[in-house]
Amino acid sequence: MATRQTQGLARLMRAPAIILLFVWMIVPLCMTLYYSFLNYNLLNPGMTSWAGWFNYQYFYTDPAFFEAIWNTLVLVLGVLLITVAGGIGIAMLIDKPIWGQGVVRILVISPFFVMPPVAALIWKNMIMHPSYGVFADVARFFGASPVDWFAQYPLTSIILIVAWQWLPFATLILLTSLQSLDTEQMEAAEMDGAPAHARFLYLVLPHMARAITVVILIQTIFLLGVYAEILVTTNGGPGFASTNLTFLIYRAARLNFDIGGAAAGGIIAVVLANIIAIFLMRAVGKNLD
Amino acid sequence: MARATSRNARIGWTVAAWFVALLIFFPILYTIITSLKTEQEAIAGFDLIPSFTLESFQTVQSQNNYFRPFTNSVILAVGSTLLALIVAIPAAWAMAFSPTKRTKDILMWMLSTKMMPAVAVLVPIYLIFLWTGLMDTRIGLTILLMLINLPIVVWMLYTYFREIPGEILEAARMDGATLRDEILYVLTPMAIPGIASTLLLNIILAWNEAFWTIQLTTTNAAPLSAFIASFSSPQGLFWAKLSAASVMAIAPILVLGWFSQKQLVRGLTFGAVK
Repeated sequence: MATRQTQGLARLMRAPAIILLFVWMIVPLCMTLYYSFLNYNLLNPGMTSWAGWFNYQYFYTDPAFFEAIWNTLVLVLGVLLITVAGGIGIAMLIDKPIWGQGVVRILVISPFFVMPPVAALIWKNMIMHPSYGVFADVARFFGASPVDWFAQYPLTSIILIVAWQWLPFATLILLTSLQSLDTEQMEAAEMDGAPAHARFLYLVLPHMARAITVVILIQTIFLLGVYAEILVTTNGGPGFASTNLTFLIYRAARLNFDIGGAAAGGIIAVVLANIIAIFLMRAVGKNLD
Repeated sequence: MARATSRNARIGWTVAAWFVALLIFFPILYTIITSLKTEQEAIAGFDLIPSFTLESFQTVQSQNNYFRPFTNSVILAVGSTLLALIVAIPAAWAMAFSPTKRTKDILMWMLSTKMMPAVAVLVPIYLIFLWTGLMDTRIGLTILLMLINLPIVVWMLYTYFREIPGEILEAARMDGATLRDEILYVLTPMAIPGIASTLLLNIILAWNEAFWTIQLTTTNAAPLSAFIASFSSPQGLFWAKLSAASVMAIAPILVLGWFSQKQLVRGLTFGAVK
């Protein structure tokens, strides 16, 4: 089937996509690497000079840097914990024989289609606002005093918002996986008297293991880049209490005009993301053959 | 099903599932309700029954000129997706129908470009946009969103095209079909559902993109994501207005999303979960 002519044509058809992506990947990355070794501030563009490792050193010795790395980890792990555990539970609930399964699915999946700034603003003003939010209404109903979420628990609040956005994704993927579970096997186990928790532990969980891995890895990629949710709620504060690595680099580049420092931070972010990407590629690659 | 679930158990599971579903959907529902209230009602405490006024929608439109960001969102989402399809369809087609030894590596490499954190290239992209005058233009952002989603588009199309059986081509050739006939009458009809699914998912992803749209626009090319983000500093009574703007920003994509649940799983897991 593959004559020399069709092979030539195929190469021609592949070329634009490959060239575009190659340029898109390599040019900005090389520029970031180059800038990370410069003293370059947009407020003082004439004073640009070679900085050596200074930008990296500066980033590394800045206490905000470690706070941001820590916040990034807490944010990613917190959201993963909520979405994976919640996703398993909700997927199993929807998979039961219930009335209106289609509508329930639609309701559960909906938050995923809400753009990040809208999701964050809804939660900030409608739900978590200390005087007008629903949480405050509920607290007053029970005679408790309302909590100022974003001032007292900034990172927790953001974790809650981001988890709400990603819970549908985890649920949908895990539900898809759950529906391909062999029902005969489950019935056989039930007839042999295996209790519900044993069936869950030895049949359901191993079957979903692959889907859970995929959920964790894909979400991690997106969660490392959480930005708009922080921008419209806490703006990274109080102090650096809710600043993640993405937001710290954004601050350096756009608020401090520190091109060199932001570039060095960017390279650090690439290294972190690559470590995770390696695991993801392995999991996805196995399924290709 | 071999065993009948008892009616009581079914009622119990149904109630539990609906409770959880409504809890998850509640923030969206409450926003829709608040958008139909007056500003006084909106801050008057918890109330699920609005007065069904449309004044907030009118205010958002007249004060903030909502149609500009809305048009920008449509142009950016649809434009970038169509551009990506033009580049990706031939590539995915070639990889699916005349694969080489390196096809798998190329696909994995394309996927790996998606792992690059956006913030890592913030500095160069920002500077390039400044130097070339692309800042706050629709064309610049359309191209950027196209590049961001290109790997997913190629991947999704590839997984769909690969399911088209190769034997059908051979059969057509045996019957004397030319290459043109093959493409027009055999392959295109079979490829269209996959292309449509890819289109749908990528419009959703591009519509909701909220890093580059906020970084690279101010007013002229700002889509809804950047427009809504500018609401983050509250001024006076604005709960109902904020809700109205939010509802208008998410409604089109929410409806599109409901139709694309299956494609979502496939597209976002790169075919790893079906």
